[in-house]
Amino acid sequence: MADNVPTPGTSRRRFLDWLLGRTLTTWLLSTSLGGLVLAVVYPAGRYIIPPKTGESAATSVTVPINPNDLLPNHAEIFKFGSRPGLLVRTASGELRAFSATCTHLGCIVQYRPDIGHIWCACHNGHFDLNGHNIEGPPPAPLETYVVNARGDQIVVSRRP
Amino acid sequence: MGWLRSGFSSGIDWLDERVGLEVIETLAKKKEVPVHRHTVWYYLGGMTLFLFMIQVATGILLLFYYRPSAEEAFESVQFLMAEVQFGWLIRSIHAWSANLMIFTLFLHMFSVLLLKAYRAPRELTWFTGVALMGMALGFGFTGYLLPWNELAYFATRVGTEIVRVIPLLGDSLLRVARGGDDVTGATLTRFYAIHVAVLPLITTAILGLHLFLVQKQGMSVPYSIEMAGGTKRSMPFLPNFLLRDLVGWLTALAVLAALAAYFPAELGQKADPFASAPAGIKPEWYFMFMFQTLKYLPAHILGIEGEVVGILGFALGGVLFLLIPLLDRRTARAEPSRLFTWIGVGIIVYVVVLTYLGYTVDPTT
Repeated sequence: MADNVPTPGTSRRRFLDWLLGRTLTTWLLSTSLGGLVLAVVYPAGRYIIPPKTGESAATSVTVPINPNDLLPNHAEIFKFGSRPGLLVRTASGELRAFSATCTHLGCIVQYRPDIGHIWCACHNGHFDLNGHNIEGPPPAPLETYVVNARGDQIVVSRRP
Repeated sequence: MGWLRSGFSSGIDWLDERVGLEVIETLAKKKEVPVHRHTVWYYLGGMTLFLFMIQVATGILLLFYYRPSAEEAFESVQFLMAEVQFGWLIRSIHAWSANLMIFTLFLHMFSVLLLKAYRAPRELTWFTGVALMGMALGFGFTGYLLPWNELAYFATRVGTEIVRVIPLLGDSLLRVARGGDDVTGATLTRFYAIHVAVLPLITTAILGLHLFLVQKQGMSVPYSIEMAGGTKRSMPFLPNFLLRDLVGWLTALAVLAALAAYFPAELGQKADPFASAPAGIKPEWYFMFMFQTLKYLPAHILGIEGEVVGILGFALGGVLFLLIPLLDRRTARAEPSRLFTWIGVGIIVYVVVLTYLGYTVDPTT
């Protein structure tokens, strides 16, 4: 029976064997589990991120508005690629174009004939006719575009 | 009628032998509701639950006609309102019940806050409750877009733009939230999936836990009542409290029917991604206090964009609100906690005043 009493050395070795065996099992288990989780989470995660659609590279558009139809102190929204733009005829008759996306939280701005400048209805932001944010929460000016009116065509282009 | 009764009782016996009905019986007999001058607040949770069940039922009915695409959503709701028998009623009840549910949820939450019912051992009940409020707001935000009208379109543009303030990840998260760079039909299908599948699933799980905790720990009795001592009165949940609940629920149903009949849900103009935001644009009333705050913030605060400060401020406020049971040390030590009473009152006053301003201040000035 005395043989069965483990000497300290063998018991330590057994413990090490056990520990190593355990560690190996744990390692195998956790890596395969990790692999499984990754194999599920990664595709699912990628799935909910939408694919990139080609951003319209257009640097200029012909606006489908006849310059004669746009009266002084009025404005129209036009499509600049996939984004809205705002074409304004000022009270003095000059044509100006801006990005219509408010720099605050992305609403679409409008021209207000009663105050003679651009206004965002969402959070009461004001921009002057140079696109500068002059009042309210917008933190930056509106992007301005170059307007070329030739005959009955208006071409709006991004500034180079 | 004797045969009916004996048939019923043998049916009950049959079930009892197989599933053990005595567990339910014991639970039902054990459940007591304390009676004191604040007992009225105990009805609000049940009321919120009732309105949630109305939401599930009417929501399922709306699915029979609704079509989740930018081309068809508005028209399908128009068809539902104009052509489908009682379509207007189902949609109006869904819209009104949503608003009433969030209202009773707010009342329930603030009563818990002011009566300090979040104190140990009910911290988890508070956490799950705040999570359920988050779910309710998520339901409101995603559901608002589904009719694809002008108001909803701009509310969603603004609401999703908000994630942009998150450092580093902001732009990617915006694309995930919108299903692209802009609010389009892709956003609609995404919100639809979240509204009818993701949120109901998560809400049901959290709600189950919330109700389990309430069942396990019983109703919290406010300190002031506990300290006053005296004889502790209570009423059995079955049938006394439940019957009183039912009176409230029937009243709520009547109120809903009246609101739906006299003020049916509106549809407005179809969303147009190339039209200016109309004057008087506003979110649902429960987002109004945040919306109005963003209007008042200047463009820059200490060199940081105003809306970033505002949005991160609200996010931080939300986290602190969630952690109240852990922050309120005095209540945890069973001492009166004036500070947290005033914080609660402060939050309520802030929300009420800003909401009031949101509806009364002329939006064009």
